[in-house]
Amino acid sequence: MAKELLKGNVAIAEAAVRAGLQAYFGYPITPQTELLEHMSARMPELGRTFLQAESEVAAINMVYGAASTGVRVMTSSSGPGISLMQEGLSYIAGSEVPAVIVDIMRGGPGLGNIQPAQSDYNQITKSAGHGDFRPIVLAPGTVQEAIDHTVLAFDLADKYRTLVFVAGDGMIGQIMEPAELPPMRQPAQTRPAWALTGADNRPKNVVSSLYLGAEKLEALNKRLQAKLQQIKENEVRFEAINTADADIVIVAFGTAGRIAKTAVTEARRQGLRVGLFRPVTLFPFPSSQLEKLAARTKAMLVVEMNAGQMVDDVKLAVNGKTPVQFYGRTGGAVALPDEILDQIILLDKRYPAKKATPNGQGVVISVA
Amino acid sequence: MAKGRIKVDEAMCKGCELCIMVCPYGLIEMADHFNAKGYKPAVLIDPDQRCTGCTLCAMMCPDAVITVYRETKIKPSPAYA
Amino acid sequence: MVDVMMEKAPEKVMWAEKMVYERPAALSDIPTHYCPGCTHGLIHKLIGEVIDELGIRQRTISVSPVGCAVFMYDYFDVDGAEAAHGRAPAMATGIKRVQPDNIVFTYQGDGDMASIGMAEIIWAATRGENITVFFVNNAIYGMTGGQMAPTSLPGQVTGSSPNGRDVEMTGMPIRMAELLAGLPGASYVVRRSVHNIQTIKQAKKAIRTAFQVQMAGAGFALVELLSSCPTNWKMTAADSLTWIKENMVPYYPLGDYKVADVVKTLNNRGK
Repeated sequence: MAKELLKGNVAIAEAAVRAGLQAYFGYPITPQTELLEHMSARMPELGRTFLQAESEVAAINMVYGAASTGVRVMTSSSGPGISLMQEGLSYIAGSEVPAVIVDIMRGGPGLGNIQPAQSDYNQITKSAGHGDFRPIVLAPGTVQEAIDHTVLAFDLADKYRTLVFVAGDGMIGQIMEPAELPPMRQPAQTRPAWALTGADNRPKNVVSSLYLGAEKLEALNKRLQAKLQQIKENEVRFEAINTADADIVIVAFGTAGRIAKTAVTEARRQGLRVGLFRPVTLFPFPSSQLEKLAARTKAMLVVEMNAGQMVDDVKLAVNGKTPVQFYGRTGGAVALPDEILDQIILLDKRYPAKKATPNGQGVVISVA
Repeated sequence: MAKGRIKVDEAMCKGCELCIMVCPYGLIEMADHFNAKGYKPAVLIDPDQRCTGCTLCAMMCPDAVITVYRETKIKPSPAYA
Repeated sequence: MVDVMMEKAPEKVMWAEKMVYERPAALSDIPTHYCPGCTHGLIHKLIGEVIDELGIRQRTISVSPVGCAVFMYDYFDVDGAEAAHGRAPAMATGIKRVQPDNIVFTYQGDGDMASIGMAEIIWAATRGENITVFFVNNAIYGMTGGQMAPTSLPGQVTGSSPNGRDVEMTGMPIRMAELLAGLPGASYVVRRSVHNIQTIKQAKKAIRTAFQVQMAGAGFALVELLSSCPTNWKMTAADSLTWIKENMVPYYPLGDYKVADVVKTLNNRGK
């Protein structure tokens, strides 16, 4: 497949179609609506299911229904819509039905605006609905990553029978840049054993998140937690640039991470030993990798497009091994590289003492 | 008139008495013993064999615990002739 | 199962005892948790009978509501899903659109469908989703212990209308069959009751037609069924059926509110 100039939303939609998506249910909300529009044309073309629901509440419950028949199903929205979907997301998690949710975040809270933002980090990584569950959350920084993460999301959802978010923002959804789409993969012909397909000479299947009695629900929760543990052990992804000999490491994801790269390059040019650690999976969070890195840095700067949310997870991971500074822009404002550079310089002055790197050479941490 | 009878699944009966209400000949009463759930199940009291197997009780039963039998004439097949 | 009971006397006529009614096979053998005399169970039985008679058990998928009938998936021997409160029509839409050969039905109470789930049912009907909906109207929230429902009658005393439903404050009870019948997408919308043998027979026919509409791909079918709640109405089972007849039927007249032409042409309708 050759590179094409693709708009983020459209690229994500087409990637999902090529990953064997069988049904899409959504609702218009800026800045992701082009994704829905692409589906409205493409899915019927392939004889697959597309429906614009009456609300995000209805959409997520249509997703729940379709996904409970064992096919690949997806919806997409932005913060306000995800808020409406949270009850449905909890039901989906509680019944271990796989589903992919694309969240193209925008300025919040409230109606907010349609600028790119990351202020729903906590919503999707920590409280995507009531009860103890956490979806896998992938955070693309480019249109190419958005494509790759969409395909990966379906594989992870099926592998773990869980919810997977592809969390972009208005920028990633709206920009156009060259990217390569995956080859077309036909939807799976067979259905998993638990799927609702009609009890045709087999015992009936039930898809439900209702477990009356504490023992049964505790057993379900234990199963979910065991799964999350497995996910933490196997599915962490991140990108590390120039962190081997870095004194200061910037921690930033998605668009903020992409902008921080430019600041890192400029800082290096000015002789500052700065690196970038970009979490690609927001859950499972790359805690152990950050903790190891913290031991060798004199300070970390967390840069986000919100008032400080991932910074808490960074602090938890770093566990005091190095000072963690935060710089954020809210309301859909996006930090420019120079602003980040200024913060780096301030940080460098504030923590002059350079930590010796134990063995001199750096360990290049590549994307897993 | 054809003769009939009913069988009540005593364990599942909740003693709601709705079957009593619809039996055209008032042949159903609540037993005087309790089932495991503490309900007095319905019981057919039909000494004079008046039950015709009309199935009204079964139609009314909210828990589908009544099975209805009815005697029907059968033409003697050669085997019995 | 035929018990052959031979008459000893060499009479010409032989009698054999035949079973003429038994618990529908579509019902599982799990006893329901419904209160004694609650007609939820009766409606389940009618649905089970019709599923058996139409021979669709292997391809039927039920969608349970949140409410007293939340365990419906336990009570039918068919694949079942349990939907969020009010969202069964949306969940059913998702299932049916991906698997049109399945027979998908939702079973919802008045709180589930006419209150929190109003948008979903209006839109499932508007889109003419090819699903079957059984709307059980017992004018109260049963599962949560008897609060006022959208269909509670004026002046009806409930847990959350202790002085009787004040329509000035809460508005009038809502008539769902009439409301949905007005939507072009709806093909079959009727209201029935189960408060006596005659209405039970009519209800079963409507349930059957509603499934046949779906089997024929003829669009959205809904049967509103007036039902009882002895516990929260604080009546005996028998009195609650009388209460339906004397209080609910006048406000919720039984009848056919929408029978689209495509349904009229169904030759086996109701048989």
